[in-house]
Amino acid sequence: MASSGSGYDLSSATFSPDGRIFQVEYAAKAVENAGTALGLKCRDGVVMAVEKPLQNKMLVAKTTGRRIHTVDEHSGVAITGFVSDGRQIINRAREEASNYEETYGTKIPPKTLAQRLSTYVHYFTLHGALRPFGASTLVASYDPATKSHSLHMVEPSGISYEYYGAAAGRGRQPARTEMEKLAINPKHNEGEAELITCEEGVKQLAKIIYTLYDESKDKPFELEMSWLCEGSGWKHAGVPRDTIAAAVEWAKQQIEDESDDEDEEMEE
Amino acid sequence: MASLSLQAGGSSSRALPSESTVSAMSGTERTTRPITTGTSVLGIKYRNGVMLAADTLVSYGSLAKYKNAKRLLSINSRTLVGGSGEYSDLQSISDLLRANALADRCTADSLYEEDNNEECAKEVWSYLRAVMYQRRNKMNPLWNDVVVAGFSQNPDGTTSDKPFLGIVDKIGTAYEDDILATGFGGYIALPLMREKYRPDMEEGEARALLEDCLRILFYRDCRALNRVQIAKVTEDGVLVSDPYELDTYWDFKGYQSNKGEMGTDGGW
Repeated sequence: MASSGSGYDLSSATFSPDGRIFQVEYAAKAVENAGTALGLKCRDGVVMAVEKPLQNKMLVAKTTGRRIHTVDEHSGVAITGFVSDGRQIINRAREEASNYEETYGTKIPPKTLAQRLSTYVHYFTLHGALRPFGASTLVASYDPATKSHSLHMVEPSGISYEYYGAAAGRGRQPARTEMEKLAINPKHNEGEAELITCEEGVKQLAKIIYTLYDESKDKPFELEMSWLCEGSGWKHAGVPRDTIAAAVEWAKQQIEDESDDEDEEMEE
Repeated sequence: MASLSLQAGGSSSRALPSESTVSAMSGTERTTRPITTGTSVLGIKYRNGVMLAADTLVSYGSLAKYKNAKRLLSINSRTLVGGSGEYSDLQSISDLLRANALADRCTADSLYEEDNNEECAKEVWSYLRAVMYQRRNKMNPLWNDVVVAGFSQNPDGTTSDKPFLGIVDKIGTAYEDDILATGFGGYIALPLMREKYRPDMEEGEARALLEDCLRILFYRDCRALNRVQIAKVTEDGVLVSDPYELDTYWDFKGYQSNKGEMGTDGGW
């Protein structure tokens, strides 16, 4: 560790001479090794997917250790990294949402929710007595006032951006590359008509998760998916289990077909 | 307050009066009488549900101030609440119960609505009892008598199909019954309801009875109005009607003839 920190990594209150805060970077590292979390902004809503690695064959995965949580009627968050750290962020998000509604009588706008969360997360990078959060948070939210939906990501450093496609965790790099190929950014595709639908988004995210998964190397996992779309009445809800199952089946078939094509090319 | 703060509401915490300004005063004033009030709420169980009825008047003393105030509220998909007394306190109760219902939905075990149990009417009633009793013991009651309608709970936590009707008053007295009435309705409507009530009443009969009671209350209660709402809970969910007007009949001789030869306008 001496090479990386040399004593400047003991507290997030200390900068290193070349202007880095090592504790925050380590927190980001903690997220980099965790299950992949994906978020995709679609034409008619937002889809989120998280790969939940199963650490133990005997755990009851279906009902415990959830990674996607509902924050408000129209807001959901997906977490990856230290899940227990993430839970703290979820609780804060719920608090902010209800606090906002109590004060202003309207639902918290997505941007405000993301900003408040990032302020909270950032606070933990300022004090010597605190440890930064080892979790990244995807925030999918709908604003009933403006009838618009959006996707934000808050990272351990407290940084937060809005995204068309966001990824955190182990497979984030290849996942981002894959998501860039999907028609998700209207600025690149001349208008909203090019955006894919949530139904298609579910399939594509399932495909990305399964493309990145190596059965021989990686732990078995459970795929958690939620959406927030016209179809769900703009409420944050789990993607129906049979829809996920169908998407996974489709994804596996696609991956198989593509590898067959590659094999044929090799033979030629 | 320091600009950096962990208080919910972001870094720019709203300026709230500090405790010291309150304690600096020689005393505090409690609610010792209601100001803007709603009158009776009626409730009745019938064959496959529960029905509530109330008028839409909120009085300011003896002044009929707000004539379209809704006093029957849905709390969740199977629970109704109707309140008489201080209208602002009723709004605060409604906010509280709805916030609880939202928190319940957000923190539920599963992402899938169908897996989760909503709080049933009996639980809402029991909770409200605790709130009202605590407030009364702090000598600062919420000035309402509240009727809760819906269903009770099965041993496994799911909402049962057994209709529930309960009342909580401003000092935390709580009881269940097949027919209930608050305020003036306790004197005028309840005896009529006792006479006509049968456990196997059809929906139409229950509604006719409640409408009769509301009409008679309008005749006899100076704080009542003929603009009313009816609400029901059945296994299909809650339904709160829009406000509508009851027909009235004023051609009785007693209403028209001059009493006591006083040469007045026909009043008593």
